[in-house]
Amino acid sequence: MTSKLFPILAVLTAIFLAYAFYLAMFIAPTDALQGDVYRIIYYHVPSAWTAFLLFFINFVASVQFLANAKPSTKRVVNWIVIVVGIIGFIAPFFPQVKAQLPTGMYPSSVATTALIIVGLYFLVGKLFPGQKLDMLALTAAEVGVVFCTVVLVTGPIWARPVWGIWWAPGDIRLTSTLVLWLIYVSYLVLRRFSDSAQTQKLAAVLAVFGALDVPQVYFSIWFFRTQHPQPVIGGGGSIDPRMLHVLLLSWMAFLCFASLICWSRYNLERLRREVDEAEALESLNGSGLPAGSNASTRIPVSRSTK
Amino acid sequence: MSFWSITLATLAKDIRLEWRSKDALNAMLFFSLLVVVIFVFSFDPLAEESRHIVGGLVWVAFLFAAVVALNQTWARELRNQVLDGYRVSPAPATALFLAKVLGNFIFVSVLEALMAPLFVIFYNLHVLGPAWQLIPVALLGTWALVVNGTFFAAMSLRTRSRELMLPLLLFPVSIPAVLGMVAATTNILTGENSAHFYIVLLLTYDVVFTTACLGLFETVLQAE
Repeated sequence: MTSKLFPILAVLTAIFLAYAFYLAMFIAPTDALQGDVYRIIYYHVPSAWTAFLLFFINFVASVQFLANAKPSTKRVVNWIVIVVGIIGFIAPFFPQVKAQLPTGMYPSSVATTALIIVGLYFLVGKLFPGQKLDMLALTAAEVGVVFCTVVLVTGPIWARPVWGIWWAPGDIRLTSTLVLWLIYVSYLVLRRFSDSAQTQKLAAVLAVFGALDVPQVYFSIWFFRTQHPQPVIGGGGSIDPRMLHVLLLSWMAFLCFASLICWSRYNLERLRREVDEAEALESLNGSGLPAGSNASTRIPVSRSTK
Repeated sequence: MSFWSITLATLAKDIRLEWRSKDALNAMLFFSLLVVVIFVFSFDPLAEESRHIVGGLVWVAFLFAAVVALNQTWARELRNQVLDGYRVSPAPATALFLAKVLGNFIFVSVLEALMAPLFVIFYNLHVLGPAWQLIPVALLGTWALVVNGTFFAAMSLRTRSRELMLPLLLFPVSIPAVLGMVAATTNILTGENSAHFYIVLLLTYDVVFTTACLGLFETVLQAE
């Protein structure tokens, strides 16, 4: 089924992306101050959102993977997630916390986000049990790095004509995105260089460290004023509804594209592991058992899926 | 045996080993001396400019030098299967980790105490801010480098070309700490701004990552 569905979805995604490109280039109104150069946001912003979402999925899958080591840890982590979710749901409605929220961000939207995060955590655990969690983490990290690279390349292209500089050192958003990218590149390097059976566990540990690191980066440059435009949604910035419409559509197209790549990468990883397993089994059988018994094992079957 | 007696025993063993061989300390000292000399040749600043850049130079030199010591921390335990012995012993893994961190902290602090005068001489430094604040900045900054460094050194044991792996893992995660150390040191040297914010930031970083390292070290040690 997979082999038939994939090309159809690929064609649909290509059409969707082309439509989003058409909207972004020809239909969306020209920016009053920046002119046409602003149109790069229809690639920059959706890539950023997609990359952050993928990194978040990687983090959730890594935490789940580590929690699965022991049933007792799993219970503790589940409770922690639930408690954090409840706090995140209730806290925004308290006046003290409400005052801290940026203008334009509603308490109810923060509360919903907290619920969605908890839901995502348990959904990932449900849909991807055991080894699949690690495959999901790897896929999300790899595709996330690609989208994050797009963000880091399109950003300076836009900044040069608008700010007059390619890069603003010390800027809060630029720096935290760059550090995030660096951390995930080191994550991929670790996976490449480590060949023991425990790579998955080590990589998951590194993902948790990366997630702890990003807020620290964010606070460490708290003092610097950001040059980056305010977030489009929930940042108090005003955007033409027609622009917002194109932007969201563009994001949908990017999400479809990202899920398609993730799906194909995930399948590739699954097949690669099946082949590895089959080869390991084969070498075990080859040394221990007579040749005739090979026919009864399932090795040729899993080989044929390649 | 209690947690602390195991920690202290391991720490005493590491210090005794280092005292007799002086491998890590000598390598670190000479390495950071080389870095300082290369910096002196590369930049020839006036006293006023040097206050602005020395904060960065000092910490970059210490970061590189610390990696030299950190790489040897666990490699030493691989000989004669000492690490496997730790793994099967009933001693808590966190006690071992804490001892290693304390050991590295002492070695790197000694290095910093010896190298700091060199920076003062080469760059004609004259501190304009409250100089005593350099001590908490140095202690917290060193702890930040060493706690993550020891953890990632244990992690890179499991990889090919592990000496190369450690900086690749350590540097991205250390960026906020390095930012904090450099900004705090520069603020104290120039006396233009208060360094309080960065000291608090370093303290937070230390608390967060020490907790994370202690919580996850068991997983890394048992990964084989």
